[in-house]
Amino acid sequence: MAIAQAPAPELELEVPRVRSRWAEVVRDFCRRRPLGAIGAAVIVLMIAVAVLAQVIAPYDPLGTNFGAMLSPPSAKHWLGTDTFGRDVLSRLIYGSRTALLVGFGASVLGATLGAILGVGSAYFAGRVDLYLQRLMDVFLSFPLIILALALVAILGNSIPNLIMAITVPMIPRCALVIRSSALSIREMPYVDAARAAGFGHTRIILRHMLPNVMAPYLIILTAFLGQAILLEASLSFLGLGVQEPIAAWGLMLRGAAVEFAESAPWMAIFPGLAISLAVFAFNLFGDSLRDALDPRLRTQ
Amino acid sequence: MTDIPLLEVRHLVKHFRVGGGLFGGGSGLVRAVEGVSFTIQRGETLGLVGESGCGKTTTGRCILQLERPTSGEILFEGHDLVPLGEAELRPFRRRIQVIFQDPYSSLNPRMTIGQMLAEPLAVHGIVPDRAARAARVQELLRHVGLLPQHADRYPHELSGGQRQRVGIGRALAMEPSLIICDEPVSALDVSIQAQIINLLEDLQAEFGLTYLFIAHDLSVVRHISDHVAVMYLGKVMELADRKSLYDSPLHPYTRALLAAVPIPDPELEARRERVVLKGEVPSTLRPPSGCVFHPRCPIAVERCAREVPELREIRPGHRAACLLA
Repeated sequence: MAIAQAPAPELELEVPRVRSRWAEVVRDFCRRRPLGAIGAAVIVLMIAVAVLAQVIAPYDPLGTNFGAMLSPPSAKHWLGTDTFGRDVLSRLIYGSRTALLVGFGASVLGATLGAILGVGSAYFAGRVDLYLQRLMDVFLSFPLIILALALVAILGNSIPNLIMAITVPMIPRCALVIRSSALSIREMPYVDAARAAGFGHTRIILRHMLPNVMAPYLIILTAFLGQAILLEASLSFLGLGVQEPIAAWGLMLRGAAVEFAESAPWMAIFPGLAISLAVFAFNLFGDSLRDALDPRLRTQ
Repeated sequence: MTDIPLLEVRHLVKHFRVGGGLFGGGSGLVRAVEGVSFTIQRGETLGLVGESGCGKTTTGRCILQLERPTSGEILFEGHDLVPLGEAELRPFRRRIQVIFQDPYSSLNPRMTIGQMLAEPLAVHGIVPDRAARAARVQELLRHVGLLPQHADRYPHELSGGQRQRVGIGRALAMEPSLIICDEPVSALDVSIQAQIINLLEDLQAEFGLTYLFIAHDLSVVRHISDHVAVMYLGKVMELADRKSLYDSPLHPYTRALLAAVPIPDPELEARRERVVLKGEVPSTLRPPSGCVFHPRCPIAVERCAREVPELREIRPGHRAACLLA
């Protein structure tokens, strides 16, 4: 009979530890998914612009200048001015703050709450799962924008309320996706081992299941970021989102921009481009991230 | 006190409902475990063998209370676990641990080995002090033949055999009395299998552990078990001490199983007498009447289809469920 303390020969193999795993992952991602890398670059640029808005914006976004009303793009006002003579470029730069704040706020909150609900639903299974999923179905039966509109109408339109209104319709969509991954995690022997060890439900859900649905969580998060930004712009455009005079892209498309669409098209074109670019960038990045994190596609 | 067995399973039944769903209809009942009874004495190993799908794993999961039995009793040191709620079960959970078959999916990929071993120590307050816990983790690693630096590794950095050692260490951390070994070696290479079996035997001697060893490999079970139970379609066919079961099996199913074990000698192997069973294992959705083994039994007579054989003592300490034994 062998002695337990003697390490088996297979144990002497040393696994080389990779130091800068993150740097390698990033480099690999850029090489394999150039489109995703472009998306990521645009996102990073947007974040930088939003953070440094005070430094890079040429004018005060709220500052009116009636001498330069509706002036076309020029060296002085690169993207022109609106009906109050406010600089469009400065308003776009500050508008990115609103877009990112609402976008990140709503999608992080929505995806996280959805993930917890999804994992919980999968873990408890049975009746809890059935009722939770039917409740989610009720929410899912409303189109995203209708539910958000109804919530803004109830809550009133401040930025925190806007984030709430976009978060709520995102929760069931995320819960649905996360639940399906969590269902397979629940059947894993390590979850059985945790149950057999007498760990509490909260511990099993948070420590053993949630970290293992990180891949779908990240994918959902980036996919919802684009959607949340679009939704914020739509709500602002419909007049139920951000209110004047706060700089927001959706808001810039509204009102005077419509009236002067033919004589001063720059008022609508540039915010529209900004929205498209942001949503496009987030979607590109999200898609690439999904492919990169999907083990079935990893080998290509 | 000493004559109370560590574990006694009485008439354990586990049925699974399949199909049906919201609107009912088309539902069936899988009779995974159908009245299984056995006892395990402290410090012993009971081998539980049978083909896949015979209910041996479900029996293990019922003892662990990962599945709630449909009926029956599971007496751990005389206490029935079946009626207990999750909170009342907690003190017992510490005493009954499990080692799984697949060393890949049985470890959480997002936790280091050290975290995995320390978690039960912290949660159950076995070692409340942080520094002492790290020392205990090192001790556990040593017990299962791993190196101290393995504490910082993630499961994907280890080999299958090393992972299985971690699984054993995790079970040991709870300081259990009974360990359910659910095919702990069948996913490993033959050379590693022997190491793990030896490790389990050494740990049993050192800590006075009791094992329920579930396997389909008869030679492994023969090596490690004191008693052996043979299961077929959710029922125990034969239950005896190792020697008696392997040397003079009473049940035709056990004989067929033993006859299927290859002999590692080409000459003997060529002359080996084989009992080839006809047909396939019947579905547990519709088990056969009478003796569940009768459609495939080489010696079945007409009454085997009508009468259900009880597991009865045929020789002292040797029980079989066969009308003809």
